[in-house]
Amino acid sequence: MSTAREVILNRIRVAKGTSPAEAVNQSYSSIQRDYQSVASFSREKILHLFEDRLRDYDANVYCVDSQQVASTVAAVLRDRNIQRVLVPEGLPAEWQVGAEFIVDRGFTPTELDQFTSVMTTATLGIAETGTIVLQTLPGQGRRAITLVPDYHLCILPASKVVETVVEGMHILEATKNLPTTFFSGPSATADIEMTRIKGVHGPRFVDVVIAL
Amino acid sequence: MSRVPLDPRTAPTFQQAAKTLLGDAQLRKNVRHATDVIQAKRRKLVEEKQDWQQLRESARQIRAHSLQHLDVYLEEFERNFTRAGGVVHWARDAREAQSIVVGLVKQLGANEVIKIKSMTTEEIHLNNALEESGIRAYETDLAELIIQLGEDQPSHIVVPALHKNRAQIREIFRKAMDLPDLGDKPADLADAARRFLREKFLRVKTAVSGANFLIAETGGICIVESEGNGRMCLTLPETLISVVGIEKVIPRWSDLEALVQLLPRSATGERMNPYSSFWSGIHPGDGPQTMHVVLLDNGRTDVLADAEGRQTLQCIRCGACQNACPVYRQTGGHAYGSVYAGPIGAILTPQLMHMDHSQTLPYASSLCGACYEVCPVKINIPEVLIHLRNKVVEQNGWYAPESLAMKAVAFVFRSERRFRAAQRLGRIAESPLVKREKSTFPILDQEEATKSGWIGWLPGLLGGWTDTRDLQAMPKETFRDWWEKRGKA
Ligand code: SF4
Repeated sequence: MSTAREVILNRIRVAKGTSPAEAVNQSYSSIQRDYQSVASFSREKILHLFEDRLRDYDANVYCVDSQQVASTVAAVLRDRNIQRVLVPEGLPAEWQVGAEFIVDRGFTPTELDQFTSVMTTATLGIAETGTIVLQTLPGQGRRAITLVPDYHLCILPASKVVETVVEGMHILEATKNLPTTFFSGPSATADIEMTRIKGVHGPRFVDVVIAL
Repeated sequence: MSRVPLDPRTAPTFQQAAKTLLGDAQLRKNVRHATDVIQAKRRKLVEEKQDWQQLRESARQIRAHSLQHLDVYLEEFERNFTRAGGVVHWARDAREAQSIVVGLVKQLGANEVIKIKSMTTEEIHLNNALEESGIRAYETDLAELIIQLGEDQPSHIVVPALHKNRAQIREIFRKAMDLPDLGDKPADLADAARRFLREKFLRVKTAVSGANFLIAETGGICIVESEGNGRMCLTLPETLISVVGIEKVIPRWSDLEALVQLLPRSATGERMNPYSSFWSGIHPGDGPQTMHVVLLDNGRTDVLADAEGRQTLQCIRCGACQNACPVYRQTGGHAYGSVYAGPIGAILTPQLMHMDHSQTLPYASSLCGACYEVCPVKINIPEVLIHLRNKVVEQNGWYAPESLAMKAVAFVFRSERRFRAAQRLGRIAESPLVKREKSTFPILDQEEATKSGWIGWLPGLLGGWTDTRDLQAMPKETFRDWWEKRGKA
């Protein structure tokens, strides 16, 4: 008796025939892609757009000189009255100012739930959509740490902000096998009468420090 | 918490179900409100994208190409996902998929799972199969939770509970979560769901999901969502089982660049989904360390075999066609008797069901073309509808009323003389039926209802048409007559 796999693959081949690998590649490369792929704005405008989009989602955005990241972090944490912050391995030590910083040691979900705040950096920012891209890399950590705590403070060098989604995806090409999370504003739902409600399950509060 | 899933084999016909639903004023108001809001947001954000048409065309080509070489890409996905530590299963039909998932959960010794909203698992009635085997499935998407706790059925592929308003949701939560003092602000309700589910996210070790895309090149899976419940399910449990239709595969990572732009704008009028997750198999120390993908056929290869119906499989389940469809907007989703409602349901369900039991769905449309216009992957839904109507007529034989009517029309259309004669005759014949004043017909917009010149009722067999819609009267003068007169003047 043939397996489900063979049966399905065979049904597919009967349904539409097969083509040699060369023809598949040729057909693939003929796919039309004439949408916008490169930036059209100046650096300054891109950063402004990114900030606007993030604020649109109710994130607080601080655009500061790279020397001022530490003092900004301290001020933001003080304003929010946060004393204890979870951080991934590999996050620059000079940013960890103004609270107790605890490095993720592979906490269980229940242990993670004891943390109200997390601080990380990110791989990319996409201005057009107000998206921040996190990957399982030093300074960003595993996916769970930026998910369970209610507050996420993200520090992103301005050089990592691109204008379009397509540019962003191009950059991510090099690390496309890593677990990757895009977040565009805090978690939200519109399931109840189409009213946007912030934060059902993910972090409800997000602040972003952009380091120039 | 068991509920009867929507099943086209046992559901009443669309026409029967729609008649009942048209009487539910609250439901129609809720559906209208929700689809209006999404449509307005969608329109604004689509206008913002200068390259929208180019993106649509690329996406159409990517999806069509993937289907044309589906075997190649599925095997490539399987290879890469397996290499990255995942396990791939193949399921010919719903029953086989159910037994794979139930078997896997039992093997783990688990008696509960958390679930991300997935139309594919709805399609195969997975929750019922799990429950029959003593496994509790907790839906974690807010809308799916509303439906599960309310023992209801989904009515939209993106916003499954859009037919419920906040007062109704509050009642459901109050009872099911035992919260007598629950408020009725959307934020109160979301907060109740957050507290209700948090404990489950932290405790339950097995999750079940669908997927938006499978990426052959990386053995990758992509899931987009907005609440974070998806990330919870994908990240915290020890085991993840994803049930995915075979048509969801795309060749490469870079193909996502078009698709992730089109999907959120079309679906919910967002520039990007609040959360998008991408991963390839198992990553040590991050997320579930056991992963299964069940590749589901369940009728999809039959759709693939039909050259004209095949484009149906390009669908990326954005739901835009539902929001745009005047028929869906009046009836909501339940009338379609299938988890896939609206225009996409009208073409997908009959094809997945071998054209059995779903002969009424291809008629659940006015062929106005709004669905085609909004579809981000350019599926020509009206074309497929007509193709399916043909198939129904073929199945029913030559003497079926629709067949005779179509043949009569074809006879008239084949000759210009006959066509003109029929037009003159039609104008005389219809005149007693044309309304000259305000219509009281309940389903029309006020604005539409006040328009005169509509036919609200046709005699005999044709009454089937006007039972649920009005027909515009023929113009006093045809374009041809006008043109010819103009030429002579
Ligand atoms: S048919 Fe097109 S518009 Fe409808 S859900 Fe599918 S992709 Fe969206």
